[in-house]
Amino acid sequence: MAADLKFPFPASLNGAKRWLLVAVVLSFLLSLGHYNRYYLGVTIDIGINIILAVSLNLINGYTGQFSLGHAGFMAVGAYTAAKFSLVFAPGVPEPLRPLLFLVALLLGGAVAAIAGLAVGVPSLRLKGDYLAIVTLGFGEIIRVIVQNMEAVGAASGLKGIPKYTTLGWTFALASATVYVVVSLVNSTYGRGFVAVKDDEVAASSMGINPVRYKVTAFVVGAFFAGIAGGLYAHHKQFLSPTGFDFLKSIDIVVMVILGGMGRTASVVVAAVVLTLLPEFLRQFADYRMIIYALLIIGLMMARPQGLFTFGRRAAA
Amino acid sequence: MNGLALGSIYALIALGYTMVYGVLRFINFAHSDVLMLGAFSAYYLAPAVAQVLPLPSLAGALVVTLFACVLCAGLGVLIEFLAYRPLRSRPRLTVLITAIGVSLFIEFTCQHRAVFGADTKAFPKLLPESDFRLGDLIIGSNDLVVLVTTVLLLTGLWFVVQRTKIGTAMRAVSFNQQAAALMGIDINRIISFTFALGSALAAVAGILYALKAPGIDPLMGVQPGLRAFIAAVLGGIGNLPGAALGGLVIGLLETFAGGISGLSNYRDGIAFAILILILLFKPAGLLGKATVEKV
Repeated sequence: MAADLKFPFPASLNGAKRWLLVAVVLSFLLSLGHYNRYYLGVTIDIGINIILAVSLNLINGYTGQFSLGHAGFMAVGAYTAAKFSLVFAPGVPEPLRPLLFLVALLLGGAVAAIAGLAVGVPSLRLKGDYLAIVTLGFGEIIRVIVQNMEAVGAASGLKGIPKYTTLGWTFALASATVYVVVSLVNSTYGRGFVAVKDDEVAASSMGINPVRYKVTAFVVGAFFAGIAGGLYAHHKQFLSPTGFDFLKSIDIVVMVILGGMGRTASVVVAAVVLTLLPEFLRQFADYRMIIYALLIIGLMMARPQGLFTFGRRAAA
Repeated sequence: MNGLALGSIYALIALGYTMVYGVLRFINFAHSDVLMLGAFSAYYLAPAVAQVLPLPSLAGALVVTLFACVLCAGLGVLIEFLAYRPLRSRPRLTVLITAIGVSLFIEFTCQHRAVFGADTKAFPKLLPESDFRLGDLIIGSNDLVVLVTTVLLLTGLWFVVQRTKIGTAMRAVSFNQQAAALMGIDINRIISFTFALGSALAAVAGILYALKAPGIDPLMGVQPGLRAFIAAVLGGIGNLPGAALGGLVIGLLETFAGGISGLSNYRDGIAFAILILILLFKPAGLLGKATVEKV
């Protein structure tokens, strides 16, 4: 034990942490290579969508709260991070830029988390449909505010954001998201999320505070959505309020449902599939959204428990 | 006046939401698209009707509206039959997501070139227009038509729901589906009827909205649909007078907010802000009854 304390890594890391380290190192190594711009772009999109879907899964899947406003949290993070790096980047020397990016991302995540807290606390008195509508409304309000804020470009969008997002950043953060969500849910504390989802009344009679858990889920989920937003901003280098509308939230919700609520691994698969699908459908661009809508309906009819869920069938 | 007219249109749409919620307990996201389809069917029917009856005229407008209503009622029943009925016994979340899927499907199908196309079309004049002067007040004939139609339809609806056999059955189904079925009420028939009624109202609302709006496009239903939904929640979802009241409140507030220069840009957000406030302080809505969840 003493040796472990002296050398805190990697020998003292448990299984999951070791995998996280491997994933982070691997993603940075991968990002050293040069790739086709288009493929690179799509791959980064996949990473960002994984973060979004996994973080939403914590709220929708594990905790059983139906949030339709994830794009709103993403927008908060994206605009905060983008504005931060736009303001501070010129004053920071080149070698320190990655640090600046990290600070920008964390700041975006933090502000989104505060937004999550602001939405979570009041809306927890609501359930099901009503919560869905309030979160939807929240997303729309964010969009309207951004659309009217001159400081972030208003309706014409925020341009000229430096391109900091790389494959390494994206996948390192995606692995971190997966790691945090999985560890959180599988921890003693985290079983409470599932308890709240399964039966709120029973959970609270077992001494679990449902409100606390719901707020935690909202804050953590929003934090990662904010980080995904920051990555997105520094990837596309351009932000427009219409990019964060209701449809974007639906996209993320569909990823979670397609994967199967409350199963992180299958949600990751779903995020990959649903990011690639539109790319493959590009030649049928006219029919793309029609197919997408039919997919949602068909999925709900045939496999409401998710496409990639086998075994371990949910009791509810 | 403009606010009142807008509010009555919202009220008509909100009634559709609230009726469906009353019997099935879910939000029919596709309702706003039925509204759009109502406007579009009028757009395509108008030239055909114009060959028989002169347009713009009252009789012509009535015929067009009637046909659009029948078309949309059929469509509403069809949507329920194809998309929602197979999911009747599933969790509400599943149905909710399906409803979003149906809504997206209609919107994107209609935006396709071969259907309506995504561009805005000029809505034909169905009624002669003129302005009335009431002291300093100038009242557009369209606003007046909207108001009168709404009042007539609301009275009609009230009569159907409160005084007819099928209306009584509707209320019974919304009160307790199982008990209603035990009393020999054909649940499926009532639900179909509710969808038909709601969709017909949406068709009228769509045509009225199109009369006031500069043009129609496949996404025209989304904004009024959202507002009307908020109106339904505001009044207490599942509650018919509440929906009418909520629609008026939202319409008026929105028009007033549009008049204040600093707030006009935030119009889209205002309705949602009101909704959130209402849900926080009176989750059951203005006229709704609070329900206690039993364990």
